[in-house]
Amino acid sequence: MKKFAKQVIFYSALLGIWTVLAKLRIWPPYLFPPPWGVGHALWDGFADHSFWIGIAVTMKRMLIGYSLSVVLGMILGLAVSSNKFLEETLGGLLVSLQSLPSICWIPLAVLWFGLTEKAILFVVLMGSLLSVTIAMEDGRKQMPKIYGMAGRNLGASGFRLFWSVLLPASLPFIVNGMKQGWAFAWRSLIQAEMIFLGLGLGQLLMMGRDLSDMSQVIAVMILIVILGYMVDGLIFRTMERRLQEKYGLTPA
Amino acid sequence: MSANPQNAYPSAVPVGRRTGVRANVFQGKPASSVTTFPSHPIAEVVVPKVALDAISLSYKATSGERLLALDNISLEVKPGEFLCIVGPSGCGKSTLLHLIAGLNPQTSGKVLVDGAPVSGPGTDRILIFQELGLFPWLTVGGNVEFGMKMKNVGKAEREERVQYYLRLVHLSKFRDSYIHQLSGGMRQRVALARALATDPDVLLMDEPFAALDAQTRDLLHDELERLWSETGRTIIFVTHNVREAVRLGDRVVLMTFRPGRVKQEFSVNLPRPRQMEQADVARTAGDVLDCLRDEINKSLEAEYADEKIR
Repeated sequence: MKKFAKQVIFYSALLGIWTVLAKLRIWPPYLFPPPWGVGHALWDGFADHSFWIGIAVTMKRMLIGYSLSVVLGMILGLAVSSNKFLEETLGGLLVSLQSLPSICWIPLAVLWFGLTEKAILFVVLMGSLLSVTIAMEDGRKQMPKIYGMAGRNLGASGFRLFWSVLLPASLPFIVNGMKQGWAFAWRSLIQAEMIFLGLGLGQLLMMGRDLSDMSQVIAVMILIVILGYMVDGLIFRTMERRLQEKYGLTPA
Repeated sequence: MSANPQNAYPSAVPVGRRTGVRANVFQGKPASSVTTFPSHPIAEVVVPKVALDAISLSYKATSGERLLALDNISLEVKPGEFLCIVGPSGCGKSTLLHLIAGLNPQTSGKVLVDGAPVSGPGTDRILIFQELGLFPWLTVGGNVEFGMKMKNVGKAEREERVQYYLRLVHLSKFRDSYIHQLSGGMRQRVALARALATDPDVLLMDEPFAALDAQTRDLLHDELERLWSETGRTIIFVTHNVREAVRLGDRVVLMTFRPGRVKQEFSVNLPRPRQMEQADVARTAGDVLDCLRDEINKSLEAEYADEKIR
């Protein structure tokens, strides 16, 4: 509760400063809108359903692209971490490819798929696949060896060893990979949507720019932050914290 | 006990003795005078529960040279015996347990259980790791049940045995707790219950009480001694604590430091139940310790000034 009080004070102060700066009219209101202008934009956006549609479209893309990258990333990560040859060859390539910002995949995606839904999904996939793969691979390596030994000692082998011991033992690392993958997928998707046509939050952001509607720009930015935070900060972090506590990875 | 006495002894025993071996229960060694096969051999022959036959293990160090970790270790453990292995840290005593458990292969030699060579892990030998290796994603009950599940024991029987073993280690109330919610001593007991629940003939314990405070350790000694005498299992217990070894063991085997060899064996004939503080335990431990001192010094030398060693 104390933390909550601090946060209330902080955000009130932030809004206060914003209000004062807007009132002082140092910059024209169409470049620096007051809080209530952004509030209006938010209200209007939801009232005419454009924000709802944007959120729905973005989340749908996110769900498809992200699920795809989690499944593929896990398979790839498992393959790389369990095969010495793949680790030394493909593993290195994946790490170096990760230095490529996901927006760099856009030209390639456009040429391959045109300005289509497929191209957007491709960018999302490439944006998060590598981080899921690498996190998965790291997880397999960091997983304490003792669990595998204990499992074998108690008579587990083959698929059952994998399913009942190795998989649950690496769960904290898998969740960490999923979290990272989500963060990358989210950023890639918004970037891609800003370039492609077709609804979505990124598109709404660019529409605000085209209409010189700073209030809408900020409103959409706030939406992106809130949505991103809700999934990353609330769902994933809670999951991660619980797991780490349970697995004794942090002094709980 | 094995129904195949011909194969009862490791090949180190001269061939003439191998057929129709008759062993003395109290010494666990073949009586050389007996060469004929008794008419009802099974009742009289005591096959060692676990026999190590000239076990050696070497590995490639990072420097590229081959290091010998275990050197020609032969050892026999009688059914129902409580054997303690002591040695300085780095003598390979944990490694030896891993070999017996079948988790790692030895370079040469054989591990025999009931006279049959071991290849790979088996639930007849359960190892309790120093770090325990309890599964944090399972409850206490789930951990105890795990080995039985892997053996495809039916649900009703699993249920019954989980209850039984949890009662045995006084943890019935904690069945639904997770491992992180338990104290160190309780975790030890879960590990013990998990190991016992798979119904192993041999219990391998790798310094299980090293990280516990003295009171908890004493309590667990009492419990272990009780469980051992109630269940009649064979226990091979590794520790660096000589007094613990004397307090628990029927026999104490002393290992040398790098490479690990069997230096000496001590029989402990003190009456049970024993206590760590008992004078005769302390006296016997003193004898063992005198013998161990050289090895401890070598181990310390290696740890403090590694450059001087070889």
